[in-house]
Amino acid sequence: MDSIVDRISHRAESRRARGVAASALAGTAREPSVIVDDVTAGYGRRIALTDVSLTVAPGSLLAVIGPNGAGKSTLLKLIAGLIRPMSGRLSVLGGPPGSAARSIAYLPQAEAVDWEFPVTVREVVTMGRYARLGFGHSPGPRDREHVLAALELVGMADAVDRQIGALSGGQRRRVFLARAIAADPELYLLDEPVTGVDARTQEDLMDVLEAEAKAGKTVIATTHDLICAAQRFHQAALINGRLIAQGSADLVLDQGLLSETYGGHVLVLPGDGQRMVLDDAHHHDEAPGERHFHDERRP
Amino acid sequence: MNPIAILTDPMAYGFMQRGLVAALLVGVVCAVMGTFVVLKGLAFIGDAVSHAAFPGLVIAYIIGAPLYIGGAVAAIATALAIGLVTRRSRLRFDTSVGVLFAGTFAFGVMMFSTIKGYVTDLLGYLLGNVLGIGVGDLIQVAILGAIVLVVVLAIRKELLFATFDPLGAAASGLPVTGLEYLLLALLGVTIVVSIQAVGIIMVVSMLVTPAATAQLLVIRFGRMMAVGVALAAVSAVLGLYLSYYLNLASGASIVLVETFFFGVALLLGPKTGLLSRGWRRATTAEA
Repeated sequence: MDSIVDRISHRAESRRARGVAASALAGTAREPSVIVDDVTAGYGRRIALTDVSLTVAPGSLLAVIGPNGAGKSTLLKLIAGLIRPMSGRLSVLGGPPGSAARSIAYLPQAEAVDWEFPVTVREVVTMGRYARLGFGHSPGPRDREHVLAALELVGMADAVDRQIGALSGGQRRRVFLARAIAADPELYLLDEPVTGVDARTQEDLMDVLEAEAKAGKTVIATTHDLICAAQRFHQAALINGRLIAQGSADLVLDQGLLSETYGGHVLVLPGDGQRMVLDDAHHHDEAPGERHFHDERRP
Repeated sequence: MNPIAILTDPMAYGFMQRGLVAALLVGVVCAVMGTFVVLKGLAFIGDAVSHAAFPGLVIAYIIGAPLYIGGAVAAIATALAIGLVTRRSRLRFDTSVGVLFAGTFAFGVMMFSTIKGYVTDLLGYLLGNVLGIGVGDLIQVAILGAIVLVVVLAIRKELLFATFDPLGAAASGLPVTGLEYLLLALLGVTIVVSIQAVGIIMVVSMLVTPAATAQLLVIRFGRMMAVGVALAAVSAVLGLYLSYYLNLASGASIVLVETFFFGVALLLGPKTGLLSRGWRRATTAEA
């Protein structure tokens, strides 16, 4: 049996590595991955989020839900250190936002990417390794292993030499998730990872994210898809300019909270408790499988 | 006349030797920077920065400073100012650039009009004259060009990530804003280096055309850069020989050869080729 000293040093080591072992050993005693404390933020004079407070524990699989313009992307950008709060404080992986950037993988919305860019799938995923490599270092065999393993995980290993723009919307999301995985992060910040993808891709990507969360990584993803949020995520945060609720993913099934989040856009059908949410998603690429209406049944 | 003599005869002249080396250097540096200019959509900025170099050249001429230094200071300052204005201003980006562009150039023209007499040196910078380049100029071009190449190649992968996905790159800890300003400064240097060869008005095509042609042909970043460099080098040589034998303006000849290649790629290229697309449609229709 290990001595206590052994176990403690073990634990410290694992914590340094911030890996799978850390969460298993340290369990729930670890400090939160993300603390958002009374944060107000926006762009120029436009305020997107007001007085938001939120705590996310390691190993969380958190869906951030709300209508367009609710501040979902702003929240992710704040945590990623891409924008600064106007007031309030954030702590990300134990430090101010940006201080642990190498342990963060951020996935931008599909619309933010120039798909005509001359890069192959392999090049895109290898970018996930760049921050770790540092200036002046080229990717080595270990990086190539990470890249291939990540592509394997998302089922895109056969497409390594294809141009990113030649892929379907779902395949592009798979590749970008592979880039995030290749970075070997502690914290995933994913802006609409499953928007505009087919059902099969959505299931596959959620399987991968679930496994990452189980391994102690923290996953925060914005989504429009309430069914996906309820079924596949563990926690949910409902926002619309402010935090309306945070808790287990069942929250998205709460009629009152939904109305508050989506305003008048929730349609309740009388009778069997079936209802529809019109989320005003308007994406440029009308990929197959994208749903603008979410038909949802109570069991 | 035998074919080898066609190639060697012009090289009997020192101005042709220097011109060829200068055209190759400028072509290669412009093509490397041009890869980023095309992918980041900086063509208009490139045009603005080259025009903004003019007042720097004029002022340097008036106070008797080296023209390159004057041009470089003005070009880099404008490039960085554009970066700052783009980030801070509430105006549309191309509007801000347009204002700076015209304003700086007008300032140069005004300063120019205060010089008494006819100043061929300075007018030469508007249209460029690669055959008029001296040994001293050539050394300056080589040193500045080498600096640009070394810096760009050293941070190539970071520039690639920051260009492709600025948000993802910044979130992973890359200094994206710093890289952007560095790229603009390098663009300023590249433009100043190129001005004597092809002139203020045509620099932008040296930056944009080979890289744009390459983008039509390949799907990889590294290859796009390599193909752009190869096209620029071939165009420099071809253009220079054309200008020698047909007695044409050298800068314009190089640019027109580059433009010709672009046209060919547009028509026949595998990705966007108008003819090949039509051909593919015809063959798939048959199948």
